[in-house]
Amino acid sequence: MTTISSALEQPAAANTGGQSGLLKSTLKVTRRALLRYVRTPQLIVLATIQMSLFFLIYRYMFGGAIHIAGMPYVDYLVPGFIATGVLFMGIGTATAMAEDLEGGFIDRLRSLPIPRSSVLAARVLADAALVAWSTAFTAAIAFAVGFRLHGSALDGLAAFGLVIVFGFAFEWLFITMGLFAGNAQAAQGMGMIVFPLAFVSSAYVPVSTMPGWLQVFAKHQPLTYMVDAVRSLTLGPHAQALLGHPSSYFVTRALLWAAAIIAVTVPIAVARYRRG
Amino acid sequence: MTYTIEAHGLKKRYGKTAALDGLDLVAQRGQVTAVLGPNGAGKTTFVRAVATLVRPDEGTLLVAGHDAGKDPAAVRRVIGLAGQFAAVEPAMTGRENLEMVAGLFGQTRRAAKASAAAVLEQLGLVEAADRLARTYSGGMRRRLDLGASLVGSPRLLLLDEPTAGLDPRSRLELWDAIRALVADGTDVLLTTQYLDEADHLASHVVIIDHGRAVAAGTPTELKQRIGGNVVEVRVRHGRDLPTVAGMLGRIHRVDAQIDEPTRRVSVRVEGSGDGLMSALRYVESAGVEIDDIAMRQPNLDEVFLAITGRPAENHDDASATVAA
Ligand SMILES: Nc1ncnc2c1ncn2[C@@H]1O[C@H](COP(=O)(O)OP(=O)(O)OP(=O)(O)O)[C@@H](O)[C@H]1O
Ligand SMILES: [Mg+2]
Repeated sequence: MTTISSALEQPAAANTGGQSGLLKSTLKVTRRALLRYVRTPQLIVLATIQMSLFFLIYRYMFGGAIHIAGMPYVDYLVPGFIATGVLFMGIGTATAMAEDLEGGFIDRLRSLPIPRSSVLAARVLADAALVAWSTAFTAAIAFAVGFRLHGSALDGLAAFGLVIVFGFAFEWLFITMGLFAGNAQAAQGMGMIVFPLAFVSSAYVPVSTMPGWLQVFAKHQPLTYMVDAVRSLTLGPHAQALLGHPSSYFVTRALLWAAAIIAVTVPIAVARYRRG
Repeated sequence: MTYTIEAHGLKKRYGKTAALDGLDLVAQRGQVTAVLGPNGAGKTTFVRAVATLVRPDEGTLLVAGHDAGKDPAAVRRVIGLAGQFAAVEPAMTGRENLEMVAGLFGQTRRAAKASAAAVLEQLGLVEAADRLARTYSGGMRRRLDLGASLVGSPRLLLLDEPTAGLDPRSRLELWDAIRALVADGTDVLLTTQYLDEADHLASHVVIIDHGRAVAAGTPTELKQRIGGNVVEVRVRHGRDLPTVAGMLGRIHRVDAQIDEPTRRVSVRVEGSGDGLMSALRYVESAGVEIDDIAMRQPNLDEVFLAITGRPAENHDDASATVAA
């Protein structure tokens, strides 16, 4: 006991320094979220294998039946596949958020003398890192099976950056879901919203091949703009012919959508989080 | 008099349920205060209010002199919370968990390492310190969670049902750890559904029911408050339980309680010795074989029954999910 009391006295003094800073505490909590991914190999390995399998199925099985004028299907597919992949990862974000809430981890963090925003910030940061890793990985596989950039390397990097920005915007949507869900299963259920978003979009097939009533939704929903923005950057000179607009058209619209999603979901998420 | 917690008229509604319904509670410095109540009584809601996680709709709440509503940051600097469920990160080792929380308390790396090591030592987790928490048993996880709540050396420790789901040995170990903390000058507020836990650990017990305090005092005071004594008979054969219960109930004009697993019948009696004598006479004349008969002070179970008019759901782990 004596060792305890003396050992504990010293940090007690250190505590009185007040709130630990936003950046420091955010990084500490982020580290925990990342360790959870890294040390739960099922999470990453399974997700990666599954994603690669789907990619190969699209590339080699459906790809044979789908013809896009003026380019190999793989060049059409990859931007769509990567952008929807970001959405599917969002289900994990929503679930993790709900789990933390349900299991009392958020309660513990909120009872500590740290800025409350660091908890949400950490979630976003950790999952953005995951999006970056997964996007890089998919891109590597894509190049291996014949995907090529038709624009400049700089455009390719910009496309990568855009994907991260979309990932960031959608994460807030999924964090909001996770905060409202109450438990992990419900969060997963709410995450099903990604299916219509992913499939009723230009991600895998051109919107013009869909029935008219679906086209209305498919053309205007955020994912289509995001996919086409990425596409217009990777297709280079082919883009204008396929998409009918220069890349700036899609990039601005995609960014506007991202900003809109952030503008709506962040205040809702923060308000919900504060209410506790 | 310095209070570590001072709550007056706390109210918190969730839709139609009043989780807290005008709760008054004071906890003095330097002691363990136990909040005792059945499922749904409002224990967790109260702890979360003290931890600044829930904002009461009405009432005042001072924690270590700070207004929990107006200055939650000051409250957070002096409390450590171990919630109803062990909130440790399973993908981190015990040590990493503690160092993270210590770091979040604003401790430097070195200080965090030192206090994590000290807490691991104190809670008997040194051997398991560098294993991932997901490999821990329930009891170890609970201890680690307690560790996380005290690694910032809080002045006030909030423990929400700290021993729920633990086997008897782990419970005793946790009790020892809590006692040691109090000896070191930490104030403790704990909630429990185990009446013996409040009896063993706390010097001040507040019984709450439906979001309100229905009684408060030392365990002894509470026992004296309902007055009288309890006559308890242990029968040899379980089949005699209803007979004996009916008989004792008639003599003393109160309901006798039956505890089947231990084959005991207990009944509250006024006054002293003659209650025991008459009980013995009746049981003998009915020809019931008994193993034991005794008179004792009421336990907190009986206090609860006397005060709230219904038994406390002092359930074991298997039935811990029963809703009130
Ligand atoms: N976030 C919430 N939303 C809706 N109702 C709630 C919420 N939190 C608590 N309640 C309700 O408030 C009441 C008190 O709940 P509380 O969790 O404080 O009880 P408790 O004494 O801790 O119970 P237990 O022993 O089961 O843990 C219950 O009826 C509960 O259903
Ligand atoms: Mg509770």
